[in-house]
Amino acid sequence: MSKRSFDIQAQPGFGFIALVTFFALYLPIAALVAYSFNAADSLSRWDGFSLRWFISAWHNSAVQDASVRSLVLAVSAAALSTIVATMAALATTRTRPYPGLTFKYAFINQPLMVPEIVTGVALLIVFSRIKVWTGYSGLGYLIAAHTAFCIPFAYLPIRARLENMDLTLERAAADLYATPWKAFRFVTLPLLRPAIIAGFMLAFVISLDDVVITEFVKSGGQDTLPTYMLGQLRRETSPEINAIATVFLALSVVLVTIFYFVNRRKP
Amino acid sequence: MASAEEIARAADARDIRDRWLLSAPALVIILLAAIGPLFVMLAYSFMLKGDYGDVQFGIFSLDGWTSVLFQRDIFDDTLGLADAHLTIFWRSISLSFYTTVLTLLFGFPTAYFIATRPPKTREVWVFLVTIPFWTNLLIRTFAMQQVIRNEGLVNTALMALGIIKQPLQIMNTDTAILLGMIYIYLPLMVLPLYASMEKLDFRLVEAGYDLYAGRWQVLRRIIFPLIKPGVIAGSILVFIPSLGAYVIPRVLGGGKNMMLGNLIELQFSAGRNWPLGAAISITLMAVVMIALLFYVRNASRSEGVHV
Repeated sequence: MSKRSFDIQAQPGFGFIALVTFFALYLPIAALVAYSFNAADSLSRWDGFSLRWFISAWHNSAVQDASVRSLVLAVSAAALSTIVATMAALATTRTRPYPGLTFKYAFINQPLMVPEIVTGVALLIVFSRIKVWTGYSGLGYLIAAHTAFCIPFAYLPIRARLENMDLTLERAAADLYATPWKAFRFVTLPLLRPAIIAGFMLAFVISLDDVVITEFVKSGGQDTLPTYMLGQLRRETSPEINAIATVFLALSVVLVTIFYFVNRRKP
Repeated sequence: MASAEEIARAADARDIRDRWLLSAPALVIILLAAIGPLFVMLAYSFMLKGDYGDVQFGIFSLDGWTSVLFQRDIFDDTLGLADAHLTIFWRSISLSFYTTVLTLLFGFPTAYFIATRPPKTREVWVFLVTIPFWTNLLIRTFAMQQVIRNEGLVNTALMALGIIKQPLQIMNTDTAILLGMIYIYLPLMVLPLYASMEKLDFRLVEAGYDLYAGRWQVLRRIIFPLIKPGVIAGSILVFIPSLGAYVIPRVLGGGKNMMLGNLIELQFSAGRNWPLGAAISITLMAVVMIALLFYVRNASRSEGVHV
């Protein structure tokens, strides 16, 4: 827009506050990344640039375990929640209202509405009793919990896509004697693929980021990367935590960027 | 011979049955690992606390609920207000309130700024807001710590400039929690505000100016009422997670400046009072539900606002 004497859209000071806000949004992240390259043994002084904390984090077996566990958990929870969310989305879209439909929406979105700490302690109560009864204390509890709260995140993009999809292609397939399964397999599913990928990635990021629920559900020795970092805070924070956080941060940014571009490809 | 109507009805019934089967796995997982446990927790809040955590199974008691607000005097067994709990309730509510107001104060101009950019640039600014939003909350809390700790960015800069001699003690205060919450929840305010501003018809603003309204009047009487749904959505989206915040007060507030989330956790760990923890959790959830109902009612009245 060319410069005018009086821009009706401009409000005095708004641009300035906006730029301050954006600066403030990125300043702490920049500080975190900068401090992770600190050569000093403690965070209290700057001893010059070094990669030593990245190297030490890489060789730290607790960090390795936690990273592997985080990945296994996030992949399992994202896969499971995407599958069941896709089924649920197919069941709740492109239909006249039927008894129970509103109930299903409320049910599926419920994990979004309860504060994490509340879900966390409720799961602690139930799972600790099941652990006593069955003696099983494996990763299953974490996978179940993560799958549950990832479902709405996988569900939302898939539902949105289904609602915008028109039914003519499926009807055409049916007219050409495709069975319902074939119509789904060769028509609906390919059209739905971008939304399924987006749903999976959202669920993956959400699971990877969770700290509160994991903290309450995990059994002894089942730290994920976030709960490991939270646990380290009880001691003096070492620059190693900053290095781990920086790598984690980079990973999130990459994932969000990919998600953004996958999601932007409109039909 | 079945009539056409009967066949159609049978097909409908089959369709509905199939739809229940298809959604069953999702519903069962959420029932077992999200909603069901909440009901178990409700039951636990009415039981007698066990000596080492857990409860004395099946023994009914209201102790959990009374001890949310009251504590029994160990000497004469009278009930008095639980000051420590009230302090934490008050801190949670007031910090969440300030967080909402301050994110609105910064978020409103930011969303307005983005909404008035040309469409191409707009996308970039929105993307810049989204990145921190999807970045791990714990990591962002760490990041805030790097700015406000005694040897952090702010203190180092202020001391280097000679403005202060001693570092400002921000960490482990309520201010630290407040700064952390504003930082973490700001995107949750900007995004819904932007969503409603994007649809703002600027011809109305122009009409306002043509009728000799000043900038302030235009802002207050035209822009603000039109984007009110976004303001409400943003405020609720910020207020609710602030109220249940756990990680931010734990990392930035030190052990002492607890919020409700930390009080709940304490009852399930060192406090070993599960019924009390369950009762506080349910109280927190009830407040959240009331706020959400308020939002849903507002959103349905002014259609078209999706977050």
